[in-house]
Amino acid sequence: MKLANPLTAIFHPPPTPGVLGVFGHVDATVDAIGQLRRAGHTDFTVYSPIPRHEIEDALEQPVSPVRMFTLIGGIAGCAIGAWITLYMSYDWPLVLGGKPIGSIPPYVVIMFEMTILFGALSTILGIAFNALFAARRLGTVAYDPRFTNDKFGIFVPSEPARAGQVETLLRGAGAEEVRRA
Amino acid sequence: MAETSPSRVSYDFVTRAIARTLGNPGKGYYALLALAVALLGVGIGCLLFLLRYGLGLAGYSHPVYWAVYITCFVFWVGIAHSGTLISAILFLFRSGWRTAVYRTAEAMTVFAVMTAGLFPLIHIGRQWYFYWLIPYPNERGLWPNFKSPLIWDEFAIGTYFTVSTVFLIMGLIPDIAAVRDVATGWRKKLYAITALGWRGTNEQWRHYTRGYLYLAALATPLVLSVHSVVSWDFAMALVPGWHATLFAPYFVAGAIYSGVAMVITLLVPIRKLFHLEDIITIHHFENLAKLCLLTGLIVSMSYCTENFTAWFGGNPHERAAFWYRAFGPFWWASWTMNICNGLLPWLLWSKKVQTSITGLFVISIFVNIGMWFERFVIIVVSLAGEPFERFANATYNPTWADWGIMAGSFGWFFMWFLLFVKNFPTVSISEVKEVLPAPQRGKARVS
Repeated sequence: MKLANPLTAIFHPPPTPGVLGVFGHVDATVDAIGQLRRAGHTDFTVYSPIPRHEIEDALEQPVSPVRMFTLIGGIAGCAIGAWITLYMSYDWPLVLGGKPIGSIPPYVVIMFEMTILFGALSTILGIAFNALFAARRLGTVAYDPRFTNDKFGIFVPSEPARAGQVETLLRGAGAEEVRRA
Repeated sequence: MAETSPSRVSYDFVTRAIARTLGNPGKGYYALLALAVALLGVGIGCLLFLLRYGLGLAGYSHPVYWAVYITCFVFWVGIAHSGTLISAILFLFRSGWRTAVYRTAEAMTVFAVMTAGLFPLIHIGRQWYFYWLIPYPNERGLWPNFKSPLIWDEFAIGTYFTVSTVFLIMGLIPDIAAVRDVATGWRKKLYAITALGWRGTNEQWRHYTRGYLYLAALATPLVLSVHSVVSWDFAMALVPGWHATLFAPYFVAGAIYSGVAMVITLLVPIRKLFHLEDIITIHHFENLAKLCLLTGLIVSMSYCTENFTAWFGGNPHERAAFWYRAFGPFWWASWTMNICNGLLPWLLWSKKVQTSITGLFVISIFVNIGMWFERFVIIVVSLAGEPFERFANATYNPTWADWGIMAGSFGWFFMWFLLFVKNFPTVSISEVKEVLPAPQRGKARVS
């Protein structure tokens, strides 16, 4: 008996069955998205070489939660900036230039820089986490290298029995090429 | 997009034209790279001497203890600034023309900060103790002095380097994916790894575009703060010529001015070497020229304000410092600065100059020279003419070690930059496509 390699299951999962439509035009892609949503499909993936507002609007996705990462990171950075400067000043109290041990005005500079640093780094983490979470099926859905060049694409996961309907829908909306995956 | 001819420029054309820059760039490129590496070699040689024999080689004499290294530090930090201006501030202002030039500017930023960061380390003398700047728990229980502008500077530069690097990498991801999909051989493997699984799905774009917006929004106040903090290294001290509230905006404007000039200096050869005439058009150079003119005028106004306050303020030391600047032993440095930064940019009022590649290239080089001398004048000449220590007023002359290390810094910067343009997309593929008319059924429509 051949044992399944657990690494293969993680890194090379079996492909998701479905239909891939290749579009040459933004408006055709947007039409197809509308028709798919009206037909009750929710789980499809749209590929585009550039971000387009028409596609976002047609998908009606909620605003990305990345902004919460930025906000929390920024606040945390500011707090860390205040904490390190004040703690370190009082930990070894030295009067410098006749100023109070914990002088807020010069520490604002550090707090500001730390706000930016932590805000930016947590934004990156936010993008990475959210994109990774959304990509749990990414390795398994069909893709075409032209999608980063000049073509738009829609992948609709569907059982072989229903794939025919999806194919007709995508062709009708103006897909240049439709294939089963 | 008015700046490129839509008949020739399609999405596919953009991908191919930019992917072509990753191919064999020809002899000119390798000659430039060899020159950069040779300069770096000179710099490393001089640095080794400096490490062996100490800062005595740097020609310091009381009261001039901040000289060419700090000048170079401020110069390179300044160069870095326009990159973030073009990539973040113009992004928030939705300037379409930035798309063709921002990647170059952003890469320039990262490498310029990398170069700038070396100079404080060289300057401290005992380079192997550089980590004392970092607040880390130690057996003596000592912490850095957070009231010192030098520590603010460390935090500002550290943050700036980190944020501009992640901003550059973020922008690169969709473009690396685009070249991955047209590349072959080992490059395909390299780009497959560095694209981090980018496929341009709706979920990826949703988080990416939001995140990019916030990064730009964070980078914008950062870029204004960094050179302000650098200026406070000087303005917080009592030295006449340094102690002015004008310094922060004056330095920020100067930084952007020198940075835009450096972008022009870099773009002209890149456009030629990699045949990007259809993507980086004369329109882009014209806009850069206007930006250069605007910041140049702000800088000129700062020079006038500085001199006016010195005279009108009535402080005899301040007056003496500015008199020494203009007519003292360093008159040649001051007048190089005034002519290159104050007078030459007036040529940019002319439409003819704005649209002449050669003209802009020549002016940009003079601006670079002028801006280096501006920092030299502010730092060295203010210290040399310090009125509190007239008795110790020694002459200062940069030595071969100073010049060698400065040349090495140019080699270091250009080496990284040339390696970058050869191996990664120098122009943003996805953002150039964004300003093109999107392919629509029936007719092409600009949206």
